[in-house]
Amino acid sequence: MTGLDMKFALSRGEQFSLAMALAIRPGHTVALLGPNGAGKTTAVAAIAGLLPIDEGHIRLDGRLLDDPIADVFVPPERRSVGVVFQDYLLFPHLTVLDNVAFGLRSAGAGRSEARSVARQWLDGLEIGELAAAMPADLSGGEAQRAAIARALVTQPRLLLLDEPLAALDVTTRALLRRLLANHLNEFSGPRLLITHEPTEAFLLADEIHVLEEGRIAQVGTAEDIRLRPRTQYIADLAGANLLTGRASRGTVMVSGFELHAADTRLQGSVLVTIHPRAISVHRKQPEGSPRNTWPTTIARLEHYGDRIRLQTGQPVPLTAEITPGAAEALALEQGAAIWLSIKATEVSLVAA
Amino acid sequence: MFFLIPVIGLLGEVAWSELPGILSSPVVVDALWLSLLSSIAATILAAAVGVPLAWLLARVDFPGRSLLRGLVLLPLVLPPVVGGAALLFALGRRGVVGGPLHDLTGLVLPFSLWGVVIAATFVSMPFLVITVEGALEGLDNRYEWAGATLGAGRWTVLRRVTLPLIAPSLGAGLVLTWARALGEFGATITFAGNLQGRTQTLPLAVFVALESDRATAVALSLVMVLVSLAVLIVLRNRWLRSL
Repeated sequence: MTGLDMKFALSRGEQFSLAMALAIRPGHTVALLGPNGAGKTTAVAAIAGLLPIDEGHIRLDGRLLDDPIADVFVPPERRSVGVVFQDYLLFPHLTVLDNVAFGLRSAGAGRSEARSVARQWLDGLEIGELAAAMPADLSGGEAQRAAIARALVTQPRLLLLDEPLAALDVTTRALLRRLLANHLNEFSGPRLLITHEPTEAFLLADEIHVLEEGRIAQVGTAEDIRLRPRTQYIADLAGANLLTGRASRGTVMVSGFELHAADTRLQGSVLVTIHPRAISVHRKQPEGSPRNTWPTTIARLEHYGDRIRLQTGQPVPLTAEITPGAAEALALEQGAAIWLSIKATEVSLVAA
Repeated sequence: MFFLIPVIGLLGEVAWSELPGILSSPVVVDALWLSLLSSIAATILAAAVGVPLAWLLARVDFPGRSLLRGLVLLPLVLPPVVGGAALLFALGRRGVVGGPLHDLTGLVLPFSLWGVVIAATFVSMPFLVITVEGALEGLDNRYEWAGATLGAGRWTVLRRVTLPLIAPSLGAGLVLTWARALGEFGATITFAGNLQGRTQTLPLAVFVALESDRATAVALSLVMVLVSLAVLIVLRNRWLRSL
């Protein structure tokens, strides 16, 4: 069996335990999505060999890396797991070139040989001119590319990305997410992306595992997670409506339908997010300030604890969230004809 | 003022015209040379033992760690004379370690240059261990993780990641250690004696000269004040800036 295959449990102290299982085929990206404190960093540490597991196994391309019962523990330096760390962690005392050459030197390459291979990687990632720069002088995007080069230069069997975009500001994040998607595709092995940002997981991963308090709460595609969140928590975390469209001076065309957004600066390809709680449901055509109103039907209606999520029909299928009281007052049921209204300020745009 | 007055008093005593003659006399040259040699040797020895020890204390969780830390720091609070006496009992020709050592190799540590070096190492090494351990604990150990995932074993990580990252603290620790070794008196005179040309270092020479030859004592003291000032200047970026 090629790729990553693991099922393990470990605990740290009395309060925290992590138990999870996942498999990633070569060429596929799995996202581990969860809030801070869910155990994401612990998972990274366990897979990279920085923290031994208590039970279970971690296997990479058929090679057993960690299994307490079989008494196997391969130390991190022999695991062949490339890691792009949160904040990148480029060695501050080495130039960009020597950072990238570090792994090759550790594998026994001579200095000049390691540097020449490292240089090719920097050129390949279009940061060849930064070879002599120190990490402190790099921009976020440059540091990310240097970190990717450093992680991939030793040709690892697994690429682990721990919050690779968290250190960036909002404006560079969209650009770097696209760059990252390209780099991910160039790496032929299995890829595991750790993130707390649903958008990143939706756009970069083939499959998403939601981690909640040390347990996998749901596994599925971006579609599954968004439309059929299994817990209230996931609904809050990842249940936002995510659409793609083209923006032009405050209006966004989404599959032929025109939405109004408060943001008038963004032009061209955009991602539109609308939170389910920002959508109002009416029986009759509403009047008032919301710029976006249209008639539709209820495709599905589901109870989630103290709330009701409803999926609406054409022209723009969305998920809306209301209280059971409101649903009762409006006598909502599957197939009912309704009107939706959304304030333009609740239609948020980011460059795609 | 409390710190300044003794130095001013000392400067007032210096016989400036006789200074070159005094500083080139055999006693002074011997003491200078011995001090330089033994303090540098002690610093190297302290680094060779102290850096791994500091790493152990900062990075490895083992039973008895706080006990070991206490033992390492003991020379800081122990009166140096007592330290010297303890060394004598342990490493003397009839000591628990010194006896077998003498039988095996014929080596006699007390009252030799080795004795001077060991006494200086004993009292000065805690400074290195404290500084380096503090730096290691303040270091973001994820850099070491990064090194490990890039295929570097523990030793390579220590050499290529950890030590370069703590280089400023290591440097400061080495300077402190060396300064303490240079000024060592009590343990040296107890363990290594006071033989001119063999074990008489600068502080011992000052002590002896105070009884017989004030001008020499003052000149030697001046040398040590200048060395102390130099140490302060080297370390100013580390300490004075934070004041």
